[in-house]
Amino acid sequence: MARIDVRKTYKLYIGGAFPRSESGYSYVVNDAKGKFMANASLASRKDARDAVQAARKAFPGWAGRTAYNRAQIVYRIAEVMEDRRPQFVDAVQKSEGRTAAQANKVVDEAIDRLVWYAGWADKITQVVGGANPVAGPFFNLSTPEPTGVVAVFAPQESSLLGLVSVVAPAIVVGNTVVVTSSYERPLPAVTFAEVLATSDVPGGVINVLTGSAATTGPWLASHMDVNAIDLTGVAGDADLAKSLEEASAENLKRVRRAPSAEPDWSLDPGTDRMTGVLETKTVWHPIGI
Amino acid sequence: MAKQKVSTGSTTAKPVFDYAPAPESRAIVDIKPSYGLFINGEFVDGGGTSFKTINPATEEVLAEIAEASEADIDTAVKAARRAHSRVWGRMPGKERAKYLYRIARIMQERGREIAVLESIDNGKPIKESRDVDVPVAAAHFFYYAGWADKLEYSGYGTQSLGVAAQVIPWNFPLLMLAWKIAPALAAGNTVVLKPAETTPLTALLFAEICQQADLPPGVVNIVTGAGDTGHFLVGHDDVDKVAFTGSTDVGRAIAKAVAGTNKKVTLELGGKAANIVFDDAPIDQAVEGIVNGIFFNQGHVCCAGSRLLVQESIAEEVLERLKRRMATLRVGDPLDKNTDVGAINSAEQLARIKQLSAIGEEEGAGRWSPPCDLPSTGFWFPPTLFTGVTQAHRIAREEIFGPVLSVLTFRTPAEAVEKANNTPYGLSAGVWTDKGSRILWMANQLRAGVVWANTFNKFDPTSPFGGYKESGYGREGGRHGLEGYLKGTN
Repeated sequence: MARIDVRKTYKLYIGGAFPRSESGYSYVVNDAKGKFMANASLASRKDARDAVQAARKAFPGWAGRTAYNRAQIVYRIAEVMEDRRPQFVDAVQKSEGRTAAQANKVVDEAIDRLVWYAGWADKITQVVGGANPVAGPFFNLSTPEPTGVVAVFAPQESSLLGLVSVVAPAIVVGNTVVVTSSYERPLPAVTFAEVLATSDVPGGVINVLTGSAATTGPWLASHMDVNAIDLTGVAGDADLAKSLEEASAENLKRVRRAPSAEPDWSLDPGTDRMTGVLETKTVWHPIGI
Repeated sequence: MAKQKVSTGSTTAKPVFDYAPAPESRAIVDIKPSYGLFINGEFVDGGGTSFKTINPATEEVLAEIAEASEADIDTAVKAARRAHSRVWGRMPGKERAKYLYRIARIMQERGREIAVLESIDNGKPIKESRDVDVPVAAAHFFYYAGWADKLEYSGYGTQSLGVAAQVIPWNFPLLMLAWKIAPALAAGNTVVLKPAETTPLTALLFAEICQQADLPPGVVNIVTGAGDTGHFLVGHDDVDKVAFTGSTDVGRAIAKAVAGTNKKVTLELGGKAANIVFDDAPIDQAVEGIVNGIFFNQGHVCCAGSRLLVQESIAEEVLERLKRRMATLRVGDPLDKNTDVGAINSAEQLARIKQLSAIGEEEGAGRWSPPCDLPSTGFWFPPTLFTGVTQAHRIAREEIFGPVLSVLTFRTPAEAVEKANNTPYGLSAGVWTDKGSRILWMANQLRAGVVWANTFNKFDPTSPFGGYKESGYGREGGRHGLEGYLKGTN
């Protein structure tokens, strides 16, 4: 008799632990052909709040690490992903309905993107900061600092490359993240969370919620302890994007608006996903004897 | 920034000298009885009603000002759009630069006139408008003029956004205009700017400067009015950019109003800055910094050091010297060259300052002001400090936007950081200590866009300015100030 395989329970990732949804709700995730794959946790309002709390708690420590150390940790995520690539290839292939060759290419790009962003940790400061030649006897220096807790809505279609492309830039510069995965394709995000848990990323730096942006969105957008919000994953839903942007105004969150359609993630990402979640701090001191 | 020339230093000195009045002549300014809107290079009547602008030091009516209607805003935005697509957006950067240099020069040439007009309309001391507002505003145009033909080195691309809607406050009318218009024009945008309803005169004088500079019609449009006018401007469908400086409440409303649009937004909002004095600080310098931090411009400064955090071991001494120094502040005629603290800008603002100060007393804080003869007409408030303030007090949490200092104490650097950051705002902070490593540690820990160490309230066109958290987003000044007016490389 054939061996019965052991299936995995797909859970949320909050504060470095893998809880089920506090609400007890889950939803059916099918592959691209409509075949049942798993019951994913459906993140609730409470899960979103717990995730923000975990992200806030992790923020000072993560922002306070040296840029070199953050670079090493993000690079480490890439290493562990590489080690587990068959699992990611399989997940992307099924979730996105791609051929093995296509899925392999997507995983290559996702890993390479992490490596690319890892290197930014200790370079962005020099690229966007610098000395200001003020008209007076003052030392004056502007440096970028992370804005804080960022709520990210990951792209709906590109379940792995898109996810990595929106999360990596936020954390590599020192922010902590609460990311809501693709609704229909959440499983690569959970596997990614399992990589995070074994990659020296401190608990709470990246918190992964599976479920719908329409459910978690209003609570994250109106949360007074979230500093920035990235609506990329709400692409195509102008009404939801607008209402989330309106709610974000309450504490003046930095908002990255939803594009009209999901971006092409294979393109050069540029630096604006990092600079969008950075603050510029300018320090003055008199010069004299 | 303001040179406080009153004697300081010795703790035993008699505080007050007798000064003969030294009024600056107001003959240099020519205020017209009424002003229209500046649209497409000309002054026009506009279709709305009108309102009066007054001298807050005397309550004298200065002029009748047109209130731009929704139709006027539409006309202004159309003029700006036309000027952008036909002239300014296409003009080579090196030619745009020359217009901006011209404007900077004319502002310098007419500096005395502008300074007097600013003090009359705003109430600020002439020494501040003369030594800070006007020269720094001119410097802004001079600085950004040089960027116009160097945008490819900015890191934000070379493509302008289009039409910028800009709404500015009454505390630094001309300087805030410069912060808004100079980078916008350098980047190739055209602008429609609304000055505050209580301080429209220098913006209207600036319109004349644009005429003298032969700036093409429609590149700069000045529309006067109050909240409704601003609402129409920010909400107009054909503006590409909204830049606002003012209160956090209005900033929040603007952030809501632009939701779902493609308008790029920068907001420079309120603050409740901590000015932190450690026990090893040079106390005389720190006292000067505290005074400059909260009494500069009557405390009508978004980055004012309105919360003094003083280390417990030196609190008594600092307070004693601070009170002695406050007693030397000369409150009165803004046009007098010896005046340190001028008039409160409006009856409405005075009422808010009075209200919050009364609440401070009701909540149990100790109120103190030096003996101070205030003029009988106009809007005045004496330099005031509150001791025994706790973090829960409203005067420690809310922006008073007046010459009112809340004094709190701390024991350890960690406590200072925690108290300093315990605010929804994050615009600025001050640190006074002789220990270099502590300055840098504090600067790292403070969640604020500008940190002044052993100095306060310094501004420069090359230096980015703007807030964390609910103090808004985006930066003005420096290379960073171009980001809000360019499309970016991606």
